[in-house]
Amino acid sequence: MREEIMAMLTELRPEFDFANSDDFVADGLLDSFDIISLSSMLEEAYSIMIDGLDILPENYSSIDALIALVRKSGGKTE
Amino acid sequence: MITRFKSKRITSMLGMLPQMIGYFDDEVDNYSFPPKQTMRLKRIMGYDQHRLSKDSTTVSDFAVHGLLYMLENGWIERKEIGAVVTVSLCPDYFVPHISNIVHDKCNFDSDVICMDIAQGCCGYLVGLMQSFMLLEHMQDKKVVLINGDVLSHKVSKKDRNDFPLIGDACAISIIESGGDGDIYYEMHIDGKRRDALKIPAGGFRMPCSPDTSVMTDQGDGNYRSLDNICMDGSSVFNFVQVEVPLMLERAMIKEGKTVDDFDLFLFHQPNRFMLKKLAEKVGLPEEKTPMNLVERYGNPSGASIPLVAISNCRESLLETDNSCCLSAFGSGLAWGTMFMNIGRLDHCELLELDL
Repeated sequence: MREEIMAMLTELRPEFDFANSDDFVADGLLDSFDIISLSSMLEEAYSIMIDGLDILPENYSSIDALIALVRKSGGKTE
Repeated sequence: MITRFKSKRITSMLGMLPQMIGYFDDEVDNYSFPPKQTMRLKRIMGYDQHRLSKDSTTVSDFAVHGLLYMLENGWIERKEIGAVVTVSLCPDYFVPHISNIVHDKCNFDSDVICMDIAQGCCGYLVGLMQSFMLLEHMQDKKVVLINGDVLSHKVSKKDRNDFPLIGDACAISIIESGGDGDIYYEMHIDGKRRDALKIPAGGFRMPCSPDTSVMTDQGDGNYRSLDNICMDGSSVFNFVQVEVPLMLERAMIKEGKTVDDFDLFLFHQPNRFMLKKLAEKVGLPEEKTPMNLVERYGNPSGASIPLVAISNCRESLLETDNSCCLSAFGSGLAWGTMFMNIGRLDHCELLELDL
């Protein structure tokens, strides 16, 4: 899942190096519309439904946060 | 505010759109973002087309055209009208008010009172509230409620946050006494969060000037000036996801209703994503919750509820009674809901105008 999400991030914003960021949102790699796009990509990839209340910057700040969001939204992780 | 109105009904609805269409596909290159990234938003947000009025067009142009159409086609007679209530963020002038211009051009007599209300996304609910209260003092007269905005004139074409979703439109509803259903009404305001949706310049606090018209990069790739609409999309999104489901669930419990008791959920139309998330949270069936106004016409601010009703449910509104949950949320910040029956309308039409 880690690699899959990294691939989504790179597809979304190919100009940025997500591997070297501690906080994707604070570092300016993801804006609010990227968060919306990424939410849609995660929902489709993992057949989940992300609660609107969970669409907050802190849940999109890192790969670990995104994996936790997918799990919380009902996604299966190995 | 939580209250109840009795024996009030909507009897006709007229929607009006400018003929000119802006296509999202054609506007992608106006923005400073990679086209592929921008195009991804088309499906998710519902960006496709939006209606744009001419630079010289004002809300009173739509309102006068619509009211004369209603009068000439027998929807209402001049002598039946007791009040004109206009809700808009786009006055023709500071003075005179839009309703007074309408009063002159439609040749109303001096007993017809006029009232303008400055209100945005919740404009239909606020306008209905005011109309219902006026009807208490008008015997058998009717209120003409005008909701219109030409906000595309105040949005930067280089602002991807705002320009693709804004659409110009106007709606006129005829409101009158009668009917036996109770109307449940809630309206809430949080002025502390008022800056989440703002046009900084143009009022007395900061008059428009050459300085306020300078376009600058807002730090997020969007270019706008102080004369333009500025929306903190994240704050508005989170506000809607927190406040509106709570309000709807509380209101339904208070009224002893469930989602199944409603035929239609006619909501303000900010964008498809926000509405989809809201519907998921509250458990609203998609077939009862139209959310296609942004992709068809754009978000028309206070005219959104009548327009989404007319453009999606016209036959049903003409032929049957519909138990409706109306809800609106946005600038202010404000959020509200109304449970009322709408149906068996005398007239319900959508016009496209060369305005």
